[in-house]
Amino acid sequence: MLPSPGNLTTDTPVQLYALGDSAIVLQFGDAISPETHRAIQAVGTYLEEHPFPGFIEHVPAFTTLTVYYNPWLASQAGRLDPYAEVARQLQELLSQVQVPADSAAAPIVEISVCYGGSFGPDLEWVARHTALTPEQVVALHTAPEYRVYMIGFAPGFPYLGGMNEQLAAPRKDQPRAEVPAGSVGIAGKQTGIYSLPTPGGWQLIGRTPRRLFTPEAASPSLLRAGQRLRFVSITEDEFHQLQEHES
Amino acid sequence: MSLSVIRPGMLTTVQDAGRFGYRQAGVIVSGPMDTQALRQANLLVGNPQGAAGLEITLRGPTIQFEADHLIVLTGADLSPTLNGQPVPLRRPVAVTRGCELTFGVARSGCRAYLAVSGGLAVPEVLNSRATYLRAGIGGFEGRALQAGDVVPVAEPTELGSQLRAHLTTPHPARPWVAASWSIAPSWPVSLTRTATIRVMRGPEYNQFTETSQQAFWTQKFTVTPSSDRMGYRLHGLELQRHNHQETLSTAVTFGTVQVPAGGLPIILMADHQTTGGYPRIAQVISTDFSLLAQLPMGGKLRFQEVTLAEAHHAYLHQEQTLHQLARAIQLTVRHQ
Repeated sequence: MLPSPGNLTTDTPVQLYALGDSAIVLQFGDAISPETHRAIQAVGTYLEEHPFPGFIEHVPAFTTLTVYYNPWLASQAGRLDPYAEVARQLQELLSQVQVPADSAAAPIVEISVCYGGSFGPDLEWVARHTALTPEQVVALHTAPEYRVYMIGFAPGFPYLGGMNEQLAAPRKDQPRAEVPAGSVGIAGKQTGIYSLPTPGGWQLIGRTPRRLFTPEAASPSLLRAGQRLRFVSITEDEFHQLQEHES
Repeated sequence: MSLSVIRPGMLTTVQDAGRFGYRQAGVIVSGPMDTQALRQANLLVGNPQGAAGLEITLRGPTIQFEADHLIVLTGADLSPTLNGQPVPLRRPVAVTRGCELTFGVARSGCRAYLAVSGGLAVPEVLNSRATYLRAGIGGFEGRALQAGDVVPVAEPTELGSQLRAHLTTPHPARPWVAASWSIAPSWPVSLTRTATIRVMRGPEYNQFTETSQQAFWTQKFTVTPSSDRMGYRLHGLELQRHNHQETLSTAVTFGTVQVPAGGLPIILMADHQTTGGYPRIAQVISTDFSLLAQLPMGGKLRFQEVTLAEAHHAYLHQEQTLHQLARAIQLTVRHQ
């Protein structure tokens, strides 16, 4: 039933399947990797530049790109089979996309974080859990270059890859009723930044004064999937200065 | 041109077709729970189908019209009255300044839609007027309506003015008058409080045990009171998987039926999050979103499996019907 997979230049096999009657999922294998991620980015960008009739939008994730479409428009007002038509368009697109080599030259977004204290109430706990000092936790957290794999959970919330696994820490037994926006947390092997005040169970190690979600901006999310990111440790005074600058 | 909110009702929000194009930034679509009802409402007052109207939940508001308007109510029958007189559904109504709209008991369904010719003129946020309660954006100041709110209405469309002109002449003494015609009720279908909801198998359907797959198709699920615009939490037999392998978070959509570790399904609705990591056992077809949206808390549903081709057939048929309705309304004006 499923159409044959398309070929990217990376030879990543891509499977297509329906998510209901108004979305098609492109599945790029099942492992998280920078190569898969680049392929998903490349296809997403190409799709935005070459939308097919009835295309609504797309959502990149770790191993998938979900493409939303309007079946009425895709079928040219009921004259064609909507799924076959969208699948055909996507197959054609897959055959044309060139996946670029690693975008190591792309600029890195720096996120300033004030670690510990009232901004990072769980820093001490994470340090004890990982048998490190709080300073070592901060050093390990600010060392790597992270990659934004996807934005989800809340507007502007980035799922980051690249955290040092020494920092892995379980979620809290009881989620906090409200986590302040900008809080930087750890959950398992993941790290991320809360973009809005919401309930949450991640271990909070610091906070950034940057606004991750600005609804009045044309591009409301500070971060986008595909970007590279680095955390930079700042003092409380610097935090307040930057916060004034942001608002 | 505006509406004054005297009493807000249980949950009355401004909704348009939804906020599209920002899901990759984690911004949810929002928009009406019963998309068909809002689209119909807009057509009946001469608006573009995606114009902003009010979504009224169960216990309706009291609203005073501050100018002469053409309005219509679709969706649930929440016993609406205008100046104390029952007002028919799915029929354009010319109201004059000072008319007061109130609601009574819910006779069928649970979400009514009010469209006003011209549409509600709240500011657009990210290209949409839909209310996104959690982020506090869109709609009327990003929130549900409150007493004292004055909601602006845009100038009526030309088609809306023509429809209204026809309605004002016969009874100059009455403060409001309804059209002599209406569109046929596509429901109340939920009067029975049990609905059959058509779904396609979800991507993780095969992760569930055979017993649970059987149970999914045969048992009745109850919509629990913890359901809301984000999702319907169902109660029934707990569904089991072969193993508890974690799935990577991926995009989800309106109608995705997720099963968290506890085994009780959640159907994602209009305010659903953009991504999720729970196994997706099924996906409700778009044509049945309305039926689902009108199912009250405590209502029951059964899932029926359809193919993608059947889902698309139903979808295209529904679109065709809306297009015919749009044409019929234009002809009504032309032949007056």
